[in-house]
Amino acid sequence: MQKVILSLFIAFVLHNSLLAQDSSLLKMLNDSLEANKKPDIVTGTFKATQIINLPTVESPAKRSLQFIIMHRFGKLNEGGYELFGLDNATIRFGLDYGITDRLAIGIGRSSLDKVYDGSLKYKLIQQKEGGLPFSVSLYELITYFTQRYSDKPYLTDKYRTSYTSQFLIASKITRCLSLELSPSWTHYNMVGTPDDKNDVFAVSAGGRMKITKRMSINAEYNYLLPNQVVSTNVYNSLSLGLDIETGGHVFQLVFSNSQGMIGPWYLSKTTGRWGSGDIYFGFNISRSFNWKK
Amino acid sequence: MKRLMLLVCCFVLSASAFSQTYLTRNGYIGFFSKTPLEDIQAENKQVYAVIDLSAKNIAFTALLKGFLFKKELMQEHFNENYVESDKYPKTTFTGTIKTTEDLTKAGVHKVEISGTLTLHNVSKPFTTSATIETQAGKIIGKSHFTLTPQDYNIQIPSLVKDKIAKVIDVDILIECTPKK
Repeated sequence: MQKVILSLFIAFVLHNSLLAQDSSLLKMLNDSLEANKKPDIVTGTFKATQIINLPTVESPAKRSLQFIIMHRFGKLNEGGYELFGLDNATIRFGLDYGITDRLAIGIGRSSLDKVYDGSLKYKLIQQKEGGLPFSVSLYELITYFTQRYSDKPYLTDKYRTSYTSQFLIASKITRCLSLELSPSWTHYNMVGTPDDKNDVFAVSAGGRMKITKRMSINAEYNYLLPNQVVSTNVYNSLSLGLDIETGGHVFQLVFSNSQGMIGPWYLSKTTGRWGSGDIYFGFNISRSFNWKK
Repeated sequence: MKRLMLLVCCFVLSASAFSQTYLTRNGYIGFFSKTPLEDIQAENKQVYAVIDLSAKNIAFTALLKGFLFKKELMQEHFNENYVESDKYPKTTFTGTIKTTEDLTKAGVHKVEISGTLTLHNVSKPFTTSATIETQAGKIIGKSHFTLTPQDYNIQIPSLVKDKIAKVIDVDILIECTPKK
């Protein structure tokens, strides 16, 4: 008799489990999904390809072209006559193209010192959910200034060229907060005096804090190691910005004591000081275009 | 006594054998939004779905990160700004198949499916028409319906509202095989 009761009990339990399948089906699916889940690459560490001047780990996706306008007005302390810097401007146009999702190349032209630049950005390591907690990209930049100096006939092509290499190490810490640390090495083929170093090292740190889904506050600080640039008074570059992203555009409103917007200029040629009001207001606007079928 | 037990066992076994569960791990969900300014299209080919033909139950689950867009930037914005897949990684559906037909019989069955759809942390009653085609060792389910993002608390900012359709067309195709 006991066995019968037991059997009936088992039958009842089994039957019940069949009836309860509506929700258990979903549970089974979810369990299976979790079991087969692969760690995803973390995306959207930064909205733009630069925090303000410092490149971020982000690059245009495969077969997408990014057009960027970087614009800086004059210094705020130029006073009312210059409309607090708004009468003057320097600009950089840039085009960046994604050869693969990890490799991008770019060209640019800055009005300050009439500089042409070429760059390459490669995503060496990508942050993974539940895996590696940071991304590393390598950024290589070559610059060539074409500003004419009639008093410096020795300025040949070679002496007008410099190179910057940066390791960009970034982590999306939370959905809102991303931080980046970047050691850099710039090589100048020519410097002002024999006391200036041809190889200049700097360490940059920056980050963004999202304030809404489509806006973030950005900051970056570029620390130039001492006793490298001695013939001119240069200062470390500090920049603050606000990102506004709208579909394919990213607008960045910026304040910086650097006038130049490319490696050698903001890293080691920043002559402005926040303390004395040498603050350049400006913006970066990027737009991405796609050809992907 | 032994006979009785045998009978009970038979009943239990037949009941479990009768529950015809079909499963897939590579079902398809595609959606598109068409406006004069922009076409947006995405596909997920790793949808998990299960159908119980005898109990007439059905369930779906899919990772939102599994939706692949033609433009990577759109995919990033979909995940970051719209469905917030870091917070709410999945979309799920669980429901029943409303039909008087015997779904275990081979053929195409026009059915109505109703249940609960969960997306972006919002669960809503959801009903759609669908077809279920029963073949030997295979069930093919198809459906087409529309969804309104606002119903699932997915806000579309005014700056891009002309680029995203008011209602999104969704296509579903699953080919399930018997569950082992």
